[in-house]
Amino acid sequence: MKQQIIVSGLGGQGALTLTRLLAEAAQAAGLEVITSETHGMAQRGGTVISMIKVGAFKGPLIPAGEADVGLFLHRDNLAVHRFYLKPAGAVFINSSTPGDYDKVDGRGLAQQQGLPLVAANLILLGYAAGKGRLFCGPELMEQVITEKTPARFREANLKAFRIGLDAVAARDRWTGEPT
Amino acid sequence: MKAQTSKNIDTQRLLMGNEALARGLVENGCTLAASYPGTPASEILAAVAAFAQETGAPLHAEWSVNEKVAYEVALGHSYTGGRAAVAMKQVGLNVASDPFLRSAYLGVKGGLLVIAADDPGPHSSQTEQDSRFFALFAKVPVFDPSSPREAKDMVGQAYELSEKYELPVMLRPTTRVCHARQNVPLYPPRKLDRPPHFDKNPSRWCATPQFLTALHRLLNDKIDQIARLKEFAPLLTAGDGSFPGTCVIASGVAFAHTWDLLADLGLLGQIDYYQVTLPYPLHQDFVRRLSLDYSRVLVIEETYPVIEMQLAHHHVQGKRSKAVPGAGELTPEVIRTILERFLNLPHKHAPVGLAGGGTRPTLCAGCGHRAAFYAIRQTFPDGIFPSDIGCYTLGLNLNAVDTVHCMGAGISQAAGFYHAYAAGGGEVPAIVATIGDSTFFHAGVPGLINAVFNKARFILVILDNATTAMTGHQPTPEKGLTATGEPGRPVLIADLVKACGVRFFQECDPYDLATFMALLQEAHQYCRRADGGVAVLIARHPCLLDREAWRSQASYAMAVTENCIGCRHCLDDFECPGLIFDEVTDQVDIDPGRCVGCGVCVQVCPAGAIEAREKGVGGRL
Repeated sequence: MKQQIIVSGLGGQGALTLTRLLAEAAQAAGLEVITSETHGMAQRGGTVISMIKVGAFKGPLIPAGEADVGLFLHRDNLAVHRFYLKPAGAVFINSSTPGDYDKVDGRGLAQQQGLPLVAANLILLGYAAGKGRLFCGPELMEQVITEKTPARFREANLKAFRIGLDAVAARDRWTGEPT
Repeated sequence: MKAQTSKNIDTQRLLMGNEALARGLVENGCTLAASYPGTPASEILAAVAAFAQETGAPLHAEWSVNEKVAYEVALGHSYTGGRAAVAMKQVGLNVASDPFLRSAYLGVKGGLLVIAADDPGPHSSQTEQDSRFFALFAKVPVFDPSSPREAKDMVGQAYELSEKYELPVMLRPTTRVCHARQNVPLYPPRKLDRPPHFDKNPSRWCATPQFLTALHRLLNDKIDQIARLKEFAPLLTAGDGSFPGTCVIASGVAFAHTWDLLADLGLLGQIDYYQVTLPYPLHQDFVRRLSLDYSRVLVIEETYPVIEMQLAHHHVQGKRSKAVPGAGELTPEVIRTILERFLNLPHKHAPVGLAGGGTRPTLCAGCGHRAAFYAIRQTFPDGIFPSDIGCYTLGLNLNAVDTVHCMGAGISQAAGFYHAYAAGGGEVPAIVATIGDSTFFHAGVPGLINAVFNKARFILVILDNATTAMTGHQPTPEKGLTATGEPGRPVLIADLVKACGVRFFQECDPYDLATFMALLQEAHQYCRRADGGVAVLIARHPCLLDREAWRSQASYAMAVTENCIGCRHCLDDFECPGLIFDEVTDQVDIDPGRCVGCGVCVQVCPAGAIEAREKGVGGRL
């Protein structure tokens, strides 16, 4: 199994949390994993990108045009980071605006359900997991969120993840075996 | 499922490169770690403290006031036989260079590891200098890890080398190693059980010039011996003869990128591929064999040609032959092109990103620095604004930062500006230097003493947010908390300022723009008085990324009324991410996802269109 994933957002949107959870899920699934993250100055609200490489890789960076999945926390980042995706790569976006990508209105859903707006990150992750485009199934991801999230955020993160899962239309929902 | 998630849980953990280094220190019996935070090295020390606590390993971890101090603390510890480590970003080594260079001559007793984290790119630094060059300059061996896992393994090797030859040893990770995360095997900490003992030896520890030639000779001998150690010879992944007389040499994360690319191109195992793990001193026999065995050699390394310059080989392709770019990060895309040219492969057109795209970083909503910068800029539209290194460098966006050089430089540069204008005989402009609290402790104090004594006249605003915010909230000496979270003995900025001989000194919360601007004017008058000098203001407001600080301050439901005239003053000159422009209505709106309800913008709006409400609904009314 080899999969390369990018997470793109603005500093403070929770891109690092998603990166961490995806990497923990890979490790839990017994797979090799290496990630790359943005720290420092750019974290102050600037454009950030993380990369997750699952499988037999040595380097932490994904070359342009090689990512299988892109999780975009902000629609504006599409113009900046879409070039990392393969032509057939899956693009999931936290946005209410339709376009040539797969969207979920994480911000709107978070607001409706009384969650902080930053929970849009877990909603997006739940949505992508529900679509079956990640290297692991939603069950494993949910278990990792339960085990790896600090207690004070656990309930909110699980709730957000499930909102994302439920946002996948029934006919699109992934029904494969858990990885 | 259960079985899968608990697999390897005790032997393996997902660690960031900096955490892997920290774990390596604790596992190898390090008993003192000192650091000053700086990207990309910031996370090392807190992780050392956490792993020591988790495993019960006895260890003193400290945030030192600067890297020179950290180095000297670690050096003293090493003299007693204990293992020590000092961690810093690459420019931190510039600050620590004085003790670093001499420690190569005098050597160490307990192993001393110098972790200098480089930032090719650079992503978050003022240079992209190569610390391996510094190691070569100091004649100190340096390891160059390609991944978090390897970085952890090298800690043990480096300690052994350091103790065997009584030399400090450098470990040079780069941003892509420091901030990579990988599953890393864990081992229990070694217990070395070394009671501290200092052997007095003045001819070594106090070496005066008469002893130094001999010490230098000894250092040269040590380096010669290390260059002959087989275990540090470059590691070969042999080719099958498809590329006769040709090899590729790489080190650091560039080795990992190149490995993935060669695998992708199907060339791994076809061409001879070497990983250099110890770039200095480069293995002597490797250098000799290379010129005999190969007629074409490509060297891929970040950021300076350290390996390349040690190869006495006429056919080396690299930075000096321009086959490899001499500046910037060696990303997979860059290395791919290098390989294609060197191996005559067809060029693959990779898609490219939007040049200069993306959102620039900005001070957070509610940041006290924004209020201070706005006040400074509004009070002195024609002022000169030397500044410094930290979150507040982002005062650039508010046109309230004119120079950024290195830690502490802003104060001394302000003095330089003053003396230039004063000697010029014309009007001396208002000069307002800004520096953060942690930076003031780090390198600001000598500059302030110097400015006061030499009769400079300018305003210094110390932006005190009670933390080292940019690098992840390490406590400052004023905070009174040590690296392990215990109470320390606080040192107050106000006491330091007064002790530096400053005669005009005021403190204020910059959220109160009117009061702060009045103080700026008062300070300006003091600078112009016959008996005036340096005026210091402390602009005090806690960083709101500290959630406790945010919760304990008033938070308003912000609203923009119909009175908004769309002049964009609040966006262009105040630049708060909580304010957005609605292109349809030509008016400003509140972004509820980012506004923290600090209410400062109420004082900024010339039309009085921004309102702070205690309760009720915010946003556009």
